[in-house]
Amino acid sequence: MAYLRKCYFKFYQIVFLILPASLLGEASDYNMPVGVTEVSKEIFDLHMLIFWVCVWIGVVVFGIMFWSLWKYRKSKGAVAADFDDHFWLEIGWTVVATLILVVIAIPSTKVMVTAYDDAEGEINIMVTGHQWKWHYKYLEDGISFFSNLSTDQEQINNQIPKGEFYLREVDEPLVIPINTRIRFLITGNDVIHSWWVPDFAVKQDAVPGFINTAWTNVPETGIYRGACTELCGIKHAFMPVVVRAVEQAEYDAWVAEKIVLAEQEKMLTSKEWTKAELVERGESFYLTNCVACHQVNGKGIPPVFPTLDGSQIVLNDTQRQIEILMEGVQGSAMAAFGSQYSEVDIAAVITYTRQAWSNGKNGDSAIVTPQDIVAYKNRTEL
Amino acid sequence: MDSKKTIRNLLGIVFGMFAFGFLLVPIYDVFCEITGLNGKVTGPSYLSESSRDITDQREVLIQFMTHNNESMPWTFKSKKVQMRIKTGSQQEAIFVFENTTDKEMVGQVIPSVSPGRGAEFFHKTECFCFESQTLAAGERVELPVRFIVDPALPEEIGSLSLGYTLFDITDQIKESQALANL
Amino acid sequence: MSTVVETHDHGHHGPAKGLTRWLFTTNHKDIGTLYLWFSCLMLFIGGSMAMVIRAELFQPGLQIVQPEFFNQMTTNHGLIMVFGVIMPAFVGLANWMIPMQIGAPDMALPRLNNLSFWLLPMAFGILLSTLFMPEGGPNFGWTFYAPLSTTYAPSTVNFFIFSVHIMGISSILGSINIITTIFNMRAPGMTLMKMPLFVWSWLITAYLLIAVMPVLAGVVTMMLMDINFGTSFFNAGGGGDPVLFQHVFWFFGHPEVYIMILPAFGIASHIIETFSRKPIFGYTSMVYAMSSIAILSFVVWAHHMFTVGMPLAGELFFMYSTMLIAIPTGVKVFNWIATMYKGSISFETPMLFAIAFVALFTIGGFSGLMLAIVPADFQYHDTYFVVAHFHYVLVPGSLFGIIAGVYYWLPKWTGNMYDETLGQLHFWLTFVSVNLTFFPMHFVGLAGMPRRYPDYALQFADFNMIISVGSFLFGISQLLLVFIVIKSIRAGKKAKPEVWEGSGKLGLEWTLESPAPYHTFTVQPEVK
Repeated sequence: MAYLRKCYFKFYQIVFLILPASLLGEASDYNMPVGVTEVSKEIFDLHMLIFWVCVWIGVVVFGIMFWSLWKYRKSKGAVAADFDDHFWLEIGWTVVATLILVVIAIPSTKVMVTAYDDAEGEINIMVTGHQWKWHYKYLEDGISFFSNLSTDQEQINNQIPKGEFYLREVDEPLVIPINTRIRFLITGNDVIHSWWVPDFAVKQDAVPGFINTAWTNVPETGIYRGACTELCGIKHAFMPVVVRAVEQAEYDAWVAEKIVLAEQEKMLTSKEWTKAELVERGESFYLTNCVACHQVNGKGIPPVFPTLDGSQIVLNDTQRQIEILMEGVQGSAMAAFGSQYSEVDIAAVITYTRQAWSNGKNGDSAIVTPQDIVAYKNRTEL
Repeated sequence: MDSKKTIRNLLGIVFGMFAFGFLLVPIYDVFCEITGLNGKVTGPSYLSESSRDITDQREVLIQFMTHNNESMPWTFKSKKVQMRIKTGSQQEAIFVFENTTDKEMVGQVIPSVSPGRGAEFFHKTECFCFESQTLAAGERVELPVRFIVDPALPEEIGSLSLGYTLFDITDQIKESQALANL
Repeated sequence: MSTVVETHDHGHHGPAKGLTRWLFTTNHKDIGTLYLWFSCLMLFIGGSMAMVIRAELFQPGLQIVQPEFFNQMTTNHGLIMVFGVIMPAFVGLANWMIPMQIGAPDMALPRLNNLSFWLLPMAFGILLSTLFMPEGGPNFGWTFYAPLSTTYAPSTVNFFIFSVHIMGISSILGSINIITTIFNMRAPGMTLMKMPLFVWSWLITAYLLIAVMPVLAGVVTMMLMDINFGTSFFNAGGGGDPVLFQHVFWFFGHPEVYIMILPAFGIASHIIETFSRKPIFGYTSMVYAMSSIAILSFVVWAHHMFTVGMPLAGELFFMYSTMLIAIPTGVKVFNWIATMYKGSISFETPMLFAIAFVALFTIGGFSGLMLAIVPADFQYHDTYFVVAHFHYVLVPGSLFGIIAGVYYWLPKWTGNMYDETLGQLHFWLTFVSVNLTFFPMHFVGLAGMPRRYPDYALQFADFNMIISVGSFLFGISQLLLVFIVIKSIRAGKKAKPEVWEGSGKLGLEWTLESPAPYHTFTVQPEVK
């Protein structure tokens, strides 16, 4: 008997004290994040309001129901009454339900109008969803880059332990300054994706051919992680969003550095590359962009993802390999990387595949240079 | 007790709703055109009478974004990323198109205006997006968008962002030509 | 399977013998049985796909299947459960019970009835066969948004479209049959407002079906044309719009989900009334509530699309209309409880499932109300919070309604009481596992786990493991249901015509013998 009472007390504690407290708490595995922006906090409060309204309605309704089930048990001799209608009662609870909804609708509308504000941004960033990475372009400064998942394929394949930010880390996060109104102009490159950062309460679909807008103003520095939230194919779960909010000075320095790097990239096309340099760069590119399909060991998953290790095209048909990298393969998941990456990267990854695994042993593994890629782009055979 | 009549009526609803499903396509287009959402305006548009009478001009920031859908290989960019212009006055923005491949191709640009409710105030009098563009191998052209921003543009909208997405429609054009030749 | 019984009037005319009985039957009881067994088979097939999904999601990382196959599993699990389990099961219950409840000898169009059933194995044969084709089956979600389902789909999408057309035709023909039966074949004296609530629920559902299944047919036809005939309904490059797909699909899709719940509302009313030994509270408002839900269901569709880029006015309109649907639904819940209140309640298995239905469907309704609030939906959309919501309304909602109906009417069909102890065991196992599976989904969704993900970040691992364990338990528990049903067919305590105490005056089906004779009400009864 005492044990039962203890169980009941523990249950009471969890349901009425610990659970609500944890639900109201900040970093919780149970609840929506409060987030860092004004909008995200308003949305969190709205969410909690509706939640508690539902809880209290549930308590009353289920309370009456379970009490009735207990009190009017036939086994305890209950005899059924015979009423089957009560006009005013029906009107009454319909009116009460309607009033509750009106009460909920008012703050909901207010928060909606705030979130929907479409005034201009101080910084405008074009966000494009690709299969399967995000592309960011800063309209004012002209810098742009891809943001790929940076978790090792080996972690995904359970070959090595998973890192703290498993599936939530990228090679190039979006960097924004705090206390600045940022406007996002979101579109899709191929299928519909969706860009979501929970801490900003920003989620908009990335629809090919159309621009959707969202805005945020982040008051706290930090790293904010989000996800793609519209099924977009096989790597839908592998294209996270990471935003780094920094002080204005740090942002300005980052922009300046990016501009310099972009200039340097342009120069790299005409530089003389050694085989070792190309292979090193190519391997890094491969591990970011190719490994999910063609695998770390280059064996792919035939027939959907062809093997590169021992592939005839890789070993003997340079022109065809360049063509595949540049144009993609119609009707397959092989994208036209040539339209997204520099000549240096394409040349490097081709050179890498020709040396890697068992391919390097087979004698003539001539390098492919950025100039070769430029030549391909400029070809005019009709 | 007339089953046949009931069945006939129900079948009528079935075929009617099937037709309605297809009717939703033009209904949707009309709705988008009236509200100007997403800048889904397919042809040239001009200032209305009442707008022509508004003399105050204000400055608006126009931003241009270009995007190549999928792996459309052309070079496609605007010469200016943004311009500050006055409402009510005729403006022009030039875009560069270059077919860098070795085959003739056909492209179609689809415009999208943001914020959506600003779309009806952005009047394009001439635009390369009104029709498809055919470029021979290696050909490069510069094409204009000529536009007027309506002075009736609501105060709260201080800038308009124009997104242009370039699609490769070479195959679709070939197919419809083949069908036309039958 | 209905037992082979020859009534004393028609000693010469029982069912045919052998396999051809089932191929050519035009008897509503046989066809009801076919639908129910088909739906049961589909439950285990769709359920196996869920087991594959949950096995992969048991731990972070890719262990069991690759994302290509995972996407086929999520897609087909959804298609099979919606079109192959819930809908056919309710049609099966309709076939068995509507003629008996209105005092009719059979459905209005018995041969059409046979066709309506046999179209389904054709359709699902085609759909399931795509899983074995080289390019794999449909992998774009059961909601098959363009352009993922058009330009980027495997070529098996054409089989998928064909299969959907056939399912649609089956539903439409079945609904025409049901409406015609209800309007034209009620026993004299049974006015519309004297009809049992299950019959009302199906009348309304059938109208919804004939209104929206053609729209689904339209949208998959547009897909077919975009994929194969160079049109651009959903391709922006050709002047179309991917968002148009979503509007047309959900114009079908929202009424579809009410199609999947309304018959359960009818069943719940019957069971609660029977086991509370008290007439259903507020019959008239129950009818009006179901009708308003059906009508409102046509103007809420875009609440599935709040992040697609609609203008503010549109989003607010759909928020308000969606919230409005909570009112008639709430009225129904209150009426069920008012039926229990001051009743004389016993807790046989059908009643247990009905009570769980009311409570857990209401929880699904609460998460639905939360989802209706647009700005909050920005954080819920396409996460596991949505998955939690619709599984609560579909599993402890629709599926419990079906299971409750099966237990409730099984003695009428077989003539034997099912084993009550096993039934209660089945209930408790199912109840616990359903909550273990779907309740934590609210948490992982709120914490940020998106849907249709074969792999996830580490903070979601613990709950995913609990969910997977719950789902395995749930799956295994349903084997017990099959055992109970088969056992009851073969043997059991003989059931009286009334089956349940006091139900004789509750419906015409309880005036018949148990098992119900192969042909019933060949002479129509008088209803006072």
